[in-house]
Formats: sequence, structure tokens, C-alpha cells
Amino acid sequence: MSVVATDAAEVERPPALPRGWPRHRILGYALVCLWGAFLAGIVAYLVLAWNGELFAKYAPSYMTGLGVTLLLVSISIVLGAILSVPIAYARMSKNRVLSGLAYAYVYFFRGTPLLAQTFLVYYGVGSFRPQLQAVALYLPVVSNWLAVPLGDYLPQLDIPLGITIARLTLWDFFREAFNCAIFAFSLNTAAYQAEILRGAIQSVPRGQWEGAASLGLHKLQTLWKIVLPQALIVALRPYGNEIILMIKGSAIVAIITVYDLMGITRLTYSRTFDFQSYLWAAIIYLVIVETLRHGIEWIERRITIHLHR
Amino acid sequence: MQSVWTLLSWGPEGWLDDIGYGVFITVLLAAATLPVGLIIGFMVSLAKQSNEPSLRLAGNIYTTIFRGLPELLTLFMIFFGAQIGIQRVMRLYDPAATVEVNAFVSGMIALGVVFSSYASEVFLSAFRAIPKGQYEGGYSIGLSSGQTMRLVVLPQLIRIALPGLANLWLILLKDTALVSAVGLTDILRQAGVAARVTKHAFLFFSVAGLIYLLLAIVSSFGIHAIERAVGRQEVQR
Repeated sequence: MSVVATDAAEVERPPALPRGWPRHRILGYALVCLWGAFLAGIVAYLVLAWNGELFAKYAPSYMTGLGVTLLLVSISIVLGAILSVPIAYARMSKNRVLSGLAYAYVYFFRGTPLLAQTFLVYYGVGSFRPQLQAVALYLPVVSNWLAVPLGDYLPQLDIPLGITIARLTLWDFFREAFNCAIFAFSLNTAAYQAEILRGAIQSVPRGQWEGAASLGLHKLQTLWKIVLPQALIVALRPYGNEIILMIKGSAIVAIITVYDLMGITRLTYSRTFDFQSYLWAAIIYLVIVETLRHGIEWIERRITIHLHR
Repeated sequence: MQSVWTLLSWGPEGWLDDIGYGVFITVLLAAATLPVGLIIGFMVSLAKQSNEPSLRLAGNIYTTIFRGLPELLTLFMIFFGAQIGIQRVMRLYDPAATVEVNAFVSGMIALGVVFSSYASEVFLSAFRAIPKGQYEGGYSIGLSSGQTMRLVVLPQLIRIALPGLANLWLILLKDTALVSAVGLTDILRQAGVAARVTKHAFLFFSVAGLIYLLLAIVSSFGIHAIERAVGRQEVQR
């Protein structure tokens, strides 16, 4: 019986289509070969243009630049996340004035280029110098350091010795390009994150709120225990995209003289006129972005495991 | 001290004419990039939804590279890379040749490849939203695959892809500001020049921001008009 069945299956199976070489397959192979040649060309260029002296001189500053980029992005994302909560709240509020103001904020920061916002802060803040200098804080500041050398391969150890009270004004804050960038980026990402948060919270059906209310949970408990856990699953992917966009967008701080990864790259290029300085930066950025993208996909698969069957 | 209104007037005293020229350049750059980006993006999405694995791979490499690089880095690489590359080739014939690559063209290429890699994703998800039966129906009444694409699939595809593409257009409009970094006299560059000369940085960069906002508002009106026109077609059928 079983022999007959396998025979029948063998007979009834349609013959495999001939693979052949249709036009789109030729085109596809040609394009892949082109990409392969392009990438191999870049690798060959990097190998041929290899200059150990140059690498030893600039590789540490690339790492410093990468650190500046990551620091800038992480501070901005965290500050933006904190700032986005009241904005999202105002945007969802029934008060017309409040929601209008929040909408205007979001519209302005999403409708203008990040570069223009950064310029507005960095160059524009000079117009308010007297006002900014009037706002002062008295803070304890370390006034002298004892530098202890730890040998050739370790950074020197700095021990704080004296502390004085310094008068720090807002102007001292905004004079640093890095602080201006953090200020502009935080305001910008707060607008985007507020929209992500609002969209995610509103994607949770109303019945969830009503069900929680009928169980006697108050609003804050409902938000914290019922709505946010569901909303954050929806928000994960947009949040990840926002982080990636910030990492890519942070390259513009090189224009306002912050030496992040892009800034170091421009500096290296202007000193050496060696095009590989840009290629190394491109490789580093691509690796960061791809790692993040796959990491977020992995997290999403993990936290939605209960939704799959 | 000149008054704000003198600074913002049209003519030799004010800066409005210079900023107006910047607006022209910005809009021109965005408008010139759009068709390039749309066509390349559509072709890449065709490759990515094909049955042939090698075509899909080629399309995915394109998207991964140009979506992962910062726009500014892409722009610099094209601006300086093209300069070096063309110069090398020219030097083979004329050892004294120097080449200046046009900032507008390199801006167009850089923004075009970035736009197309995002647009290909929008088109791809629109392709996936069109049921297979539409293709099969097209073939069964004797249309060729090109005709099916043009007469059956494309009209529906545009309607589905329109919101995503509108979003990309707004992003493109904002990304043109980056080209000021390689010396193109767009809105931001002109505002920067005005700010440096007059020392009214906050004023001029605010004006630049408001102009970008205005362009976004005008575009969203245009997008609504297109959406309504495309939507009406659907109702008539």
C-alpha cells in the first residue's frame, strides 16, 4: 500500500521548472557582481592605501570621536525622553490651549532641519549674551588637579586637590559647541519622541482603560501597569528608528566645530587629503547602525514572543 | 543700528532678496532630486520584490548602505570622492587638470541615493499590499507583464505609497539644508552669511527656520490636493 502511495506521489509530482537564465537572473547576477567588485575595490583601496604611521596617529582620535558621538546621542536621547513626557501629555490633553502649544512645538521641531535648529542655538544664542550672563549659579568647582603618571600605556590619573566656588552663568554653558548641540538635539528629539509616545499610547484600545477603571485602578496605575506595557511594544521600533536617526543626524555637529566622529573625519581629511579617512568613518557608522537595527529586531522578537503562536 | 525691518527688506539694504534666492535654490534642489530618487527607488523596490534571490540581494545591499550612512557623510564622500576620482582620470590626459565638482550636482546625487533607498522601502510595502490576484487577473485577460504593471498595479501602488512618499518629500526638503555645508547658497547658507555680516544671528536663523516651516506647510497643502485627486479616481471607478 505504502509502496503504491510513494509511486503515485512520484508520478504526480510536476516536473521542476528549468532554472535557465532568464533576463532578470542575468541582471541580478550582474548587479551582485557589480556590488562585489565595488566592495572588493574599497577593500583593495584600503589595503593598498594602508599607512601604518597614519593609522597609529589618527585611530585613537577616531575612537575619541566615536565616544563623543555616542555620548552626545545618549545624553540627548535621555533628556529628550524626559522632556517628551510632558509634551505628549499636553498634546493629548483636552485643554485646547495646552494641546495647541504642544502641537506648535512638535510642528516646529519636526518641520525645520536639525541643522537650522543647531545653528539657531549655536550662533543665535550670542544675541542674548547679556541676559544669559545675568543668570548665574554658584557651584563648587575643582580648581586644581594632581596629575599622576601611570606609565606609558595608561592614561594619567588625576586627583582633585582644591575646590573653589565658581560663578557659572548660562553663557558659560552655551559657549561650548557641545552643550549647544546637546540643547538643540534634546529639544528636537523630544518633539519626535513625544509623537512616538502619543501614538503608542493612543494605539492601546480604550477598552483597556475602561476595564482597568472598572477594576478600581486609578489613572496612574492604569497607565503604568496596563497601558504602557502594551504601548511600549508598539513604540519599540519607532524608538529604535529615532536612535538610529539621531546617530546619523549627530554628524552635523561637525559643522559647528564639535569633534565627534564626523568632526574628526573632516579634520583628518583636511590634514592628510587622504580619502580613506571618510571610508573608515563610513564603515564605523554602518557597523553601529546595523548593530542597532539587528539588536532592536532581536529585542522585538523577544518581547512579542507571547503574541506569536 | 538698523531696524529689523530694514534688515528683512528687499533690496541692497536688506537681505530678503538674498534669502529669496536661497529659497529658490533649496526648492530647485529638492524638486530636481525628487524624480531621480523616485525612479531609482522604484527600480530598487522592483529588484527587492523579485523572485530572483540575486536581484533581491543587490537591492538590499543598496538600501543597507545608503540608509545606514549619515546623509552628511554621503554628501561629503560624493563631493570629495567624485572630485578625486574625476581628477585622477583627467590627469591621465592632462597632468595639470583641476576639477571642481558642482555642489548642486553632488547634492542632487547624495540626496537622491538617500531618498531612493527610503523610497524603495515605501514602494516595497505598497507592493506587498497589492493582492496577487491583481497580477493574475491582468495576465488572464491577456495583458503582458509590462502592461499589467502599468495599467493594473501602478495606479493602485501610487495610491498606497502616497502617504509614505509625502513624508519622504518633507524629509528631503529638510535634508537639502545639509548641502549648505559644501557651499551651495541655499536658505541656510544665505541666512548664515546675513547673520555673520549683520551680527543678528538669532533673527536670521529664525527666519530660515520659519521659511522651512512655510515650505512644509505649502507642501502639505499640495500633498492634500494630490491625495484628493488620486482618491477621486478611485470613487469614479
